[in-house]
Amino acid sequence: MHEGREAPPRGESRDIGRAFQGGEENRAMDVVREAPPLVELRGVSKVYRTGDVEVRALRGVDLSVQPGELVAIMGTSGSGKSTLMNILGCLDKPTAGEYLLDGRNVARLDRDGLARVRNRTLGFVFQSFNLLARTTALENVELPLLYAGVPTRERQLRARAALERVGLGERLEHHPKQLSGGQQQRVAIARALVGRPRLILADEPTGNLDSRTSVEVMSLFQELQREGLTLVVVTHEPDIAAYAGRVVVVRDGRIVADRRQVPQAAVLLPEEEEAAS
Amino acid sequence: MNLLETLRLAARALLRSKTRSVLTALGIIIGVGAVIAMVAIGDGARASVQKVFDSMGTNLLIILPGSSNAGGARGGFGSQPTLTWDDLAAIRTELPAVRAAAPELRSNTQVFSDDQNWTTTVVGTTPDFFDVRSWTLAKGAAFTEPDNEAGAKVVVLGQTVVDNLYGAGANPVGQVVRINKTPFTVVGVTARKGQSPNGQDYDNTAFIPSTSFLRSVQAQSLGAYISGVVFVQAVSSSQTEQAQSEVTQLLRERHRLAEGEANDFDVRSLAELANGQQQSTQTLSLLLASIAAVSLVVGGIGIMNIMLVSVTERTREIGVRVALGARPRDILAQFLVEALTLSMLGGLLGAAAGVGVAKVLAAQFQWPMLVRPDVVVLALGFSALVGVGFGLYPARKASLLDPIDALRYE
Repeated sequence: MHEGREAPPRGESRDIGRAFQGGEENRAMDVVREAPPLVELRGVSKVYRTGDVEVRALRGVDLSVQPGELVAIMGTSGSGKSTLMNILGCLDKPTAGEYLLDGRNVARLDRDGLARVRNRTLGFVFQSFNLLARTTALENVELPLLYAGVPTRERQLRARAALERVGLGERLEHHPKQLSGGQQQRVAIARALVGRPRLILADEPTGNLDSRTSVEVMSLFQELQREGLTLVVVTHEPDIAAYAGRVVVVRDGRIVADRRQVPQAAVLLPEEEEAAS
Repeated sequence: MNLLETLRLAARALLRSKTRSVLTALGIIIGVGAVIAMVAIGDGARASVQKVFDSMGTNLLIILPGSSNAGGARGGFGSQPTLTWDDLAAIRTELPAVRAAAPELRSNTQVFSDDQNWTTTVVGTTPDFFDVRSWTLAKGAAFTEPDNEAGAKVVVLGQTVVDNLYGAGANPVGQVVRINKTPFTVVGVTARKGQSPNGQDYDNTAFIPSTSFLRSVQAQSLGAYISGVVFVQAVSSSQTEQAQSEVTQLLRERHRLAEGEANDFDVRSLAELANGQQQSTQTLSLLLASIAAVSLVVGGIGIMNIMLVSVTERTREIGVRVALGARPRDILAQFLVEALTLSMLGGLLGAAAGVGVAKVLAAQFQWPMLVRPDVVVLALGFSALVGVGFGLYPARKASLLDPIDALRYE
């Protein structure tokens, strides 16, 4: 029952400092080759049954993600990318095949065990933000720590630090309604970060945002990657996938392409900046 | 997540929709209030009945002499004098459960003042009688044991007699009335006692010493026998039964009745009558309380209904919480504590309302104010039980939601 403790504490401030020194790609590639995978799917299938109709959402997917990667999963609607995301997020279990998360077989965990994995190892970012209404930004970010049993004082300090990390240190007491879409998504990212997870799963994180705030969000993701976090982003926009170092394409429940690329730096182009202001 | 956090969460969720929370709790408020008020009403009624019986004396026994049997026509209890003055003396002195005993000899006789007359019940008795039958003196004093031994010609008048002979409010102490042509000096007037349960006027009575009664009122003397009944007062209400068996035992011995032979007297207890009345008021309060309990259950169903609505409304919130690491039991606790908070809040407000209503009613009917703490605790406990019982289903439903569906819920 101590599986949540395996992650070595990361000194975030030091990582941030290093992140701005640049030249990260080569070092990241070295890490990719050496470390054991954080995510490993082996022949994962998922079959839904609604009445007599059998829907094969995933048909034998093999995928491994190394620590420190920023992976974009692309696919049209109905391609099976959402199912893949749900399985990665321990919200759903595969019909066949194995899912090893950080070396642990998720299929063996009970509901409480899965809850613990979601709480300690994973961080979720949703398309529609999914912040609790009429609840302040700070309290929204505190939620995962509440379920982790972190004492009140430490919880508030960590939630505050996470909001400052995403640039919302001035908006702690704001309710979601009082925040713009981009700000809401940053609160959600702070909430995903606050439990110090190993893997961030983002499901169409820019789907409800304009192009400028989309770039901001992706820029934040790139920063987090440089700090050593692993991120998997589901998207159907090639523009967004361009910011990832690896693109996985899903079609009809199968992975049809898996390529590494040099990610585009998520900075606003001058003309975009002009248009936005 | 600890209990305090869960409680805070519940309080916030309930405060978010205040009107709905209050209306939901209203069912419990009314239920608990009704239980407490109804039981208080029942108890108040019982206490007031008790008061009536206390005024008659619940620790009271009546000894009726035996029945006559003239050629097969049996006269019933009281038709044959079988109690002797020695029996009375023995009852007064020998029995530990008996505090006092007094005879009651009755005769309907005309009483004359200087310018008026009135036919009333003249009672011949001993001074103990006033205490035994809970008579108090409004004016003057009762006659004394020496008066009784000397056969003094003194009388204590009831209020009705005073009203008719001297006019309402007059003080006749020191005046002389004539009973069967014998002058009696008025030494006291009893306080008004009102009607007996069967409509007799208690106050239409004149009391004289039993010795004077035998000499001046009763036509022929029965010598050693008492031509009336004997009232016995037990040392306490709880000792009434003990006194009853002691008296029966003593009289059987004194009358030399063999084993199996029927009593030639009858010992009756007013407590028996009182018990019957108590039972009927108890049935009434039980009925009221069960109606109130039904309303409490209805209140619980109201809570369940609203909790189900709340779970549906907050499906997405539940999905988010699960995705962030809430265990099923965290979700269960959240909604259960919410239901429990609603019902306990309703219970407390209802208890306050019930006590208030009971107070108003007690003042209205001049009953003693009776709110039993055990009933309040019971009603609160029951409302908590209702909260858990009817909150469990919605809470369980919430905890079993599929997070994927919940997150997709619009």
